[in-house]
Amino acid sequence: MKVLEALLSIFINPQFYKIALTASTPLIFASLGGVFSEITGVTNIALEGIMLLGAFTSIVFTFYTGSAWFGILMAVLVGIGFSWLHAWASIKWLGNQIVVGTALILIAQGITGFLMKPIFGRPGQTDFIGRINDISIPGLRNVPFLGEAIGEINPLVIIAFVSVFVSWFIIYKTTLGLRMRSVGENPEAADTLGINVYKIRYFGVLMSGVLASLGGAFLSVGETGNFKELMSGGRGFIALAAMILGNWNPIGAMLASLLFGASEAYANLLQSSKLIEVPASVKPLFNMVPFIVTLIVISGFIGKTRPPAADGVPYEKAE
Amino acid sequence: MRVSALPRFWAFIVPIVSVVVALLIASVIIIMIGKSPIEAYTILLKGAFGSSSAIANTIVKTTPLILTGLAVGFGFRAGVFNIGAEGQMVMGALMATLVAINLGSVPPFIAITITLLVGMLAGAGWAAIAGYLKAKTGAHEVVTTIMLNWIATYLSSYMVQVPLAVGSGTPKSPEIAPSTKLPELLTVGAINMNAGIIVSIIAAILLYIILEKTTMGYEVKAAGFNPYAAEYGGISLSKNITMSMAISGALAGLAGAIELTGVHYRFLGTLSGGKGFDGISIALIGQNNPIGIIFAALLMGALRTGSNEMQFAGIPKHIVMIIQGIVIFLVAADRIVRTSMIIMDKKERIAQETKRFVKRAVILSIIIIVSMFLSKEGLWSFLGKFGYYVGKVFWVIELVSLLSLMIVVALYIISAVISLGMVYSRRKKVKS
Amino acid sequence: MSYEDYAVVMKGIVKRFPSVLANDHVDLFVKKGEIHAIVGENGAGKSTLMNQLYGLLKPDEGEIYIFGKKVDLKGPKDAIANGIGMVHQHFMLVDNLTVAENVVLGSETTKSGFLFDLNEARKKVKELSEKYGLLVDVDAKIEDIPVGMQQRVEILKTLYRGAEILIFDEPTAVLTPQETEELFDVMRRLKEAGKTMIFISHKLNEVMEISDNITVMRLGKVTANLKTSETNEVEIARAMVGREVVLRIEKPPHKPKEVVFETEDLWVKDNRGLDAVKGVSLKVRAGEIVGIAGVAGNGQTELVEAITGLRKIEKGKITLLGQDATGYDPRRLRDMGVAHIPEDRLKHGLIVQYPAYYNMILGQQWWYPYSNRGFLNHQVIYETTKKLFEEYDVRPRDINMFGGNFSGGNQQKLVVAREINAKPKFMVVAQPTRGLDVGAIEFIHKTLLKMREQDVAILLISMELEEIFSLSDRILVMYEGEIMGEVRPEETTVEEVGLMMAGKKLEEVRS
Repeated sequence: MKVLEALLSIFINPQFYKIALTASTPLIFASLGGVFSEITGVTNIALEGIMLLGAFTSIVFTFYTGSAWFGILMAVLVGIGFSWLHAWASIKWLGNQIVVGTALILIAQGITGFLMKPIFGRPGQTDFIGRINDISIPGLRNVPFLGEAIGEINPLVIIAFVSVFVSWFIIYKTTLGLRMRSVGENPEAADTLGINVYKIRYFGVLMSGVLASLGGAFLSVGETGNFKELMSGGRGFIALAAMILGNWNPIGAMLASLLFGASEAYANLLQSSKLIEVPASVKPLFNMVPFIVTLIVISGFIGKTRPPAADGVPYEKAE
Repeated sequence: MRVSALPRFWAFIVPIVSVVVALLIASVIIIMIGKSPIEAYTILLKGAFGSSSAIANTIVKTTPLILTGLAVGFGFRAGVFNIGAEGQMVMGALMATLVAINLGSVPPFIAITITLLVGMLAGAGWAAIAGYLKAKTGAHEVVTTIMLNWIATYLSSYMVQVPLAVGSGTPKSPEIAPSTKLPELLTVGAINMNAGIIVSIIAAILLYIILEKTTMGYEVKAAGFNPYAAEYGGISLSKNITMSMAISGALAGLAGAIELTGVHYRFLGTLSGGKGFDGISIALIGQNNPIGIIFAALLMGALRTGSNEMQFAGIPKHIVMIIQGIVIFLVAADRIVRTSMIIMDKKERIAQETKRFVKRAVILSIIIIVSMFLSKEGLWSFLGKFGYYVGKVFWVIELVSLLSLMIVVALYIISAVISLGMVYSRRKKVKS
Repeated sequence: MSYEDYAVVMKGIVKRFPSVLANDHVDLFVKKGEIHAIVGENGAGKSTLMNQLYGLLKPDEGEIYIFGKKVDLKGPKDAIANGIGMVHQHFMLVDNLTVAENVVLGSETTKSGFLFDLNEARKKVKELSEKYGLLVDVDAKIEDIPVGMQQRVEILKTLYRGAEILIFDEPTAVLTPQETEELFDVMRRLKEAGKTMIFISHKLNEVMEISDNITVMRLGKVTANLKTSETNEVEIARAMVGREVVLRIEKPPHKPKEVVFETEDLWVKDNRGLDAVKGVSLKVRAGEIVGIAGVAGNGQTELVEAITGLRKIEKGKITLLGQDATGYDPRRLRDMGVAHIPEDRLKHGLIVQYPAYYNMILGQQWWYPYSNRGFLNHQVIYETTKKLFEEYDVRPRDINMFGGNFSGGNQQKLVVAREINAKPKFMVVAQPTRGLDVGAIEFIHKTLLKMREQDVAILLISMELEEIFSLSDRILVMYEGEIMGEVRPEETTVEEVGLMMAGKKLEEVRS
């Protein structure tokens, strides 16, 4: 009984919701990035690398200028540049999108690791550099439960949710969105109507760079205020899973990201639960939870969602 | 769909050019942090081949890389992208450890065989999960194997921290039974060269025979090329995917077991250290050909060994990752390289291409010289702090054009060599 | 010279591809307001010519005039701006968008510049469809509407963009004879409205019915310019193939023997999980060709895949040689003597990256002597391939060439050779002559008849009624996954089969 109580009590702990939101935010950004890229027909597994580079860039420029917002701006620019490499290789040169993505992940890991010593003077991990402060929401702060959960919130979290709705709007309500969806589904048809398939795909991939980079920046300047090597820790791939589970729809991707974020928060809180004794020796095992959840969900739901028909297929004009 | 009918050696031109270009780009990165690339690469070469112990060390490093390269390469041939060699290697080593610490009373030959087999089985099983999920539900193996990698990582760090932990300091398992240690071929200084390299090369040869000479190889490759036609041809895709993943995982698991029984003698949580990912670049450089993979692994092993020496000279060994990334990038988008190759098989083409090459080289050289002058320190000091950045901009321009010049020269030389080879082989054909 | 009276003039068009000269100084004159047919065999260069007119390809030489004005078409956009619209053979529609969205895609109705105005789009499409009598459901998704309606959406797309010249690329290939008539009605209405149309086809009866003038092409060249009212099918056919054609081949009488293959109440689902085959029962006897006629997409593909073990059978039974073979996988079926000439040779029939000799054993690779104790016997494989290359005249005679580098006809010969070499008892033959030239078609037809004489049971699935009529002993007509009726070719007419293809049961047709 006590175990059940401990398991359930987490849900009435406002901290759970706070942590879940924090854990979901990078996933939301990155999975939105995935949606933008894949809806135009380009598989982007480089999200992991773009996130890592985003986290690194934002910290570096915060370190140099002292402004975390400037750091984020630079992270976005670098994200665009880096995803442009993906677009260039996979759209213009018809490279294997998955292998190109893997290459970019390696390059991102290499560059961030390589530059640690020259920039910060030591490898591995930086000191606290600076972060974007939480803002408190005046009306909510004193509300009993909500106040504790979302009374103080990081502006990037709010931006993440705003991005979800902006993305949804772009994809489903604008001409650009209509064209993006057509290019991801039947690029040849779009081409015969005079739509520039390459441009639209570039746009999708570059948007994924912007968003994944923001997700990465949140990890460093949004959350911890420092950078560690490999700090994206597989989140880019979990975001891909969230995108699939969310049926390539921004709202769906957000909900799936929330689910994955909640599972991480849940595992976190269970480790520190006071109601049941979790032996210290078992605690490292809790780190596996988000990955196991993702594995199960992705195998259970795939096939029930429908990817864009031309997803991952390079488009070559007929000769 | 047209299939290229170029001569066979063409297959290896793209990876070779990619490696050259990657080394050139990396050299610019090294200049950027204020080191000399020539010195860096000299250290790297010395570190990898400079002495008998360096060579032994390189071979020890190459051993597991051959196996992870084979693992990824076999997967590619079968149409699956096993990005999870990392996790399979860890699981192979972990399970092998569990068995090997208890095999004290078994004679060495049997004990080693059992340990290696257990490692293979564990790797195979771990990979087969992803294979099975792909076959059954269509879950993409890239996502599932990455998840399995993380699970393996956390599981292994838990194992060495808790159930298997011995001693203090770095978490580690107890030492494996002496009878399970791989015999040493020779000892050079502090380096023991174990028999693992022989196992790896045998594995490569076996894999070559399987792929090229057996019905199973025919079916695996068929499924990799065109799954629809394979199914039509009586090949069960779901069986084939699971089996291919299992074989691929077995090779990675064997790599883990050899690391355990030949190098570390105990399980350390961080045993794999990127060797699984190295497998991807090795497979691509070796063009998924088992024999090509042996050489690609040697290259990567040398980079790994040499980069440790570079680290002492102040160049972070992450440079190897960057090199690998660029190589994979260029091999994946191989048209970039193919398009930039120039075939000079006729006299007019030679003149034409050479003229173009000289033009490019001259323009780039002028840019380099001009920007070299413009980036001189103090030249822009009248602009104050802003001037510092102006100088930096010209410095970057100088570096980038230097890089372009080097790439242009390298491409021209390589193209010329290929063209010569083609003309020569054509002449020979005409004669016979 | 002025081209004022002509809607389209293409002068001296040359288009080279790496391996062929697709258009060799082609001249095309299309008068304003006429329906102009371009006929020719597959590979004659019709589509290449039209793709240049639509801006998808750039001519290497030559000039194009639209309504007397010289144009330089850099892409479809330019073609559209010049009033050219194209109804593609393979519909260029986006499956998960609605009819209205598809029609306006690329020149969308907008609110404040970038917002997509769906309501305005729906209104405009409705108006347009009423004006020309092209009935469509503007809110339906493309994936949910029938082929005939999809084609109307294609036509609407061109009209929405203000097309004055419409190119129809083999528009009737996917239609029933009755739907074809409907399409012709639409075309006549468009002609009344003053539109000019170019009609590409290789079906001579249709060309005779609908066109005003005809341009015949062969091997990249124009071989004849004819006025429809002053010519006949024989003359066109001669210009098309360069010799007299035997329109039907001789089928010797042959008595079928025991039942080899039988299905009972077979149910199969398509990729989207909908019922594609609904309770099909059929029998094929040894030494008999049973033809299945029908418009593409009525469950034939799924039926073939289910029979050959490539697709799951939901319900029903398959009996092969007196043995229950329901749910057997392709390997087991092949071991029992089933061969399969697939409808899409590039998807199913060949591995383009494999050399010819490896393609020659696909589906038999585990059989002795090709495979001996798990090892491939390369010597035997080479020799078998060489022998079959001679026997079936596969060109070039290079067994090391990759499957993908053979021409379409030779790829098909390779597949046919392989499947027949398996010495089957039952053969499923789907679209065996799609995209082949007359010579290859004749060869394959003769080969199938030879198999029939050797008492092989053959199930032939084809969209070409002519093929079905000339080869089959019995004809089954399939519509929306059901068999509409069974007839004998000598006792029926094209009209009767056509009505069944459009969904009428045999009893209804005959009553």
